[in-house]
Amino acid sequence: MSGGAFMAVLRRDLLLAMRRKSEVLTAVFFFVVVAALFPLGIGPELNTLRLVAPGVLWVGALLSSMLALQRLFEADYRDGTLEQMALSPTPMPLLISAKLLAHWLVSGVPLVLLAPVLGLQFDLSADALMTLTLGLLLGTPVLSLVGGIGAALTLGVRGGGVLLSLLVLPLFIPVLVFGAGAVEAQASGLGAEAHLSILMAMLLPAAFFSPLACAAALRIALE
Amino acid sequence: MLRVSHLSCSRGNKPLFADVSFELQAGQVLHLEGDNGVGKTSLLRIVCGLSPADAGEVCWHGQTIQQNASQFRASLFYLGHGLSLKEELSALENLISDAAVSGRALSEPQALVALARMGLRGREHLPLRVMSQGQKRRTALARLLASQAPFWVLDEPFVALDAKAVDGLRSLLGEHVAHGGMVLLTSHQPVALTVASGASVQVQTYRLRGVA
Amino acid sequence: MKSINWFHYAAPQNFYGLAGRMWPGFAVLATAFMLAGLWLGFAVAPSDFQQGEGYRIIFVHVPVSWMSMVVYLAMAFWSVLGLTFNTRLSGMMTRALAPTGALFAFLSLWTGALWGKPMWGTWWVWDARLTSELILFFLYLGYIALTSAIDDTRRSDRAGALIAIVGAINVPIIYFSVKWWNTLHQGASVSLTKGSSMAEVMLWGMLLMALAFWFYTVALVLYRVRTLILQRESHATWVHQLDEVKP
Repeated sequence: MSGGAFMAVLRRDLLLAMRRKSEVLTAVFFFVVVAALFPLGIGPELNTLRLVAPGVLWVGALLSSMLALQRLFEADYRDGTLEQMALSPTPMPLLISAKLLAHWLVSGVPLVLLAPVLGLQFDLSADALMTLTLGLLLGTPVLSLVGGIGAALTLGVRGGGVLLSLLVLPLFIPVLVFGAGAVEAQASGLGAEAHLSILMAMLLPAAFFSPLACAAALRIALE
Repeated sequence: MLRVSHLSCSRGNKPLFADVSFELQAGQVLHLEGDNGVGKTSLLRIVCGLSPADAGEVCWHGQTIQQNASQFRASLFYLGHGLSLKEELSALENLISDAAVSGRALSEPQALVALARMGLRGREHLPLRVMSQGQKRRTALARLLASQAPFWVLDEPFVALDAKAVDGLRSLLGEHVAHGGMVLLTSHQPVALTVASGASVQVQTYRLRGVA
Repeated sequence: MKSINWFHYAAPQNFYGLAGRMWPGFAVLATAFMLAGLWLGFAVAPSDFQQGEGYRIIFVHVPVSWMSMVVYLAMAFWSVLGLTFNTRLSGMMTRALAPTGALFAFLSLWTGALWGKPMWGTWWVWDARLTSELILFFLYLGYIALTSAIDDTRRSDRAGALIAIVGAINVPIIYFSVKWWNTLHQGASVSLTKGSSMAEVMLWGMLLMALAFWFYTVALVLYRVRTLILQRESHATWVHQLDEVKP
């Protein structure tokens, strides 16, 4: 029955995202805008652009994730659905992991798919684009998982958006360092395996512990 | 069987109520009365396990609700101020996904029957967004009907219902306790329940007094 | 140690008295150690071969950096206690520690910059340790902002405890990743005299200063917790019977 509850939450969140497209598109649009504005601000020199590309694109992905995090639990909190999840006999961390997965599918995967396209604007090589995409594929789930804890803690709190960003910013930095670092390592010929392995090493514990922490934070918010 | 012993609660460093105790057996209804702001909603949320009490405990079948958590939650249905419904989904979609999340099996025919019973036949596939407040409330009650949980905790269930829906809810509650269910509810109006035969159901009341 | 019933002091009423008796002693210790440390650092220790007199800022910078980490660990410790045992005092202790820890982190950044300026010519350098310190400062700010934004005391304490624990778990990860990032880019490094081992007197000086800051922290935290206890337990009868509260 627990598997059924997990799928029910996942299906519901995906269905809601499809019917509320505007929210989803905002965060993705932001990523595109950041990637498009930077070359305009820095100048068209391809060598410079290639240098800054990993950092710029990763920061864009980070900021886009921060924007998207705000709506992770907000709606459920307001309409009482979150309470029902807390009262379900199914363990809450399991239901929360379904929400986090749905959130990543809706807010993270588009970034992964867009990144190679945007990377072309910065004249990144095919290998660099591959490393960038792989890094985002491993890193964006970590952002959703870890950011979810911040979103849960700031539910319904004054100054939510800014506060959420302040809370998750330190936690995002390792992902940024290794994600952008992977592309730079690849470009300088050192190979990105180490960086990508570390991203993977962050993803696995986060996938396990974050739903537990989120559930604890949500119960605190519901008290 | 529910037993509440010596519960006290405070909100924002101010004490709300203290030393509240009562029992509820199968087939009984308890109407929680009290002035606005005395803490009725807080008490209901403590009974459900959503909020912690400062002191005291809530026991379900002899064990505290913390010890007995999954069994207690499987037996509980809570209707709070929020409708726990999604505006972008239809009434039918809401009922089915809600049942699945709570770990209950609910087939589409069963859901349609519940919605029809609450007077929503023909509106099952409309998104909740376009319904009136009363219709949304009735959808929430259809959720209740479809739940089959024995213990119902309802916070102001009669709000925003027209006379016909109020009667419907009254008989629904009456039937539930006649079949051995338990109901704990708050309401500003007097609660008079009937069963199908027309006989009235005895309703206990508990008046919640705040700490002076 | 065994004869002290620790849970007795978990009650705010009892802790209030204990803290009241303890904090003046710590304040005196703090002053004494601070004077000793400053004397060692500024009067006794020899001037550095490369950096002249300016290096003496390390007698503040290093202890304050250590303390910023120790205080955060203390916050995490109290947070774990608070979430496990559900004691109100734990939340108050964590909350009382935060401003002091944030101050230490801030001082660490400033003294780091002051130290770096004569050497590197800029006010800021992306040294691994300084960058980690900056992130630690953000962790402190995050805790303070979160607990200030939530009105309900209990929720505020518990949410703060959770973020403190999550932050503490992440501190080693953040430090490791920043170090990796820094070495990869071969950035500048603010460090003590390379090549020669540190003179013993310098170590002693830093140790004395660190202890001074520690005693200062304890004294200040005990004092702050007393104020928090009075605020939160203001409706309790024992508070109204205190000399300091009676009109």
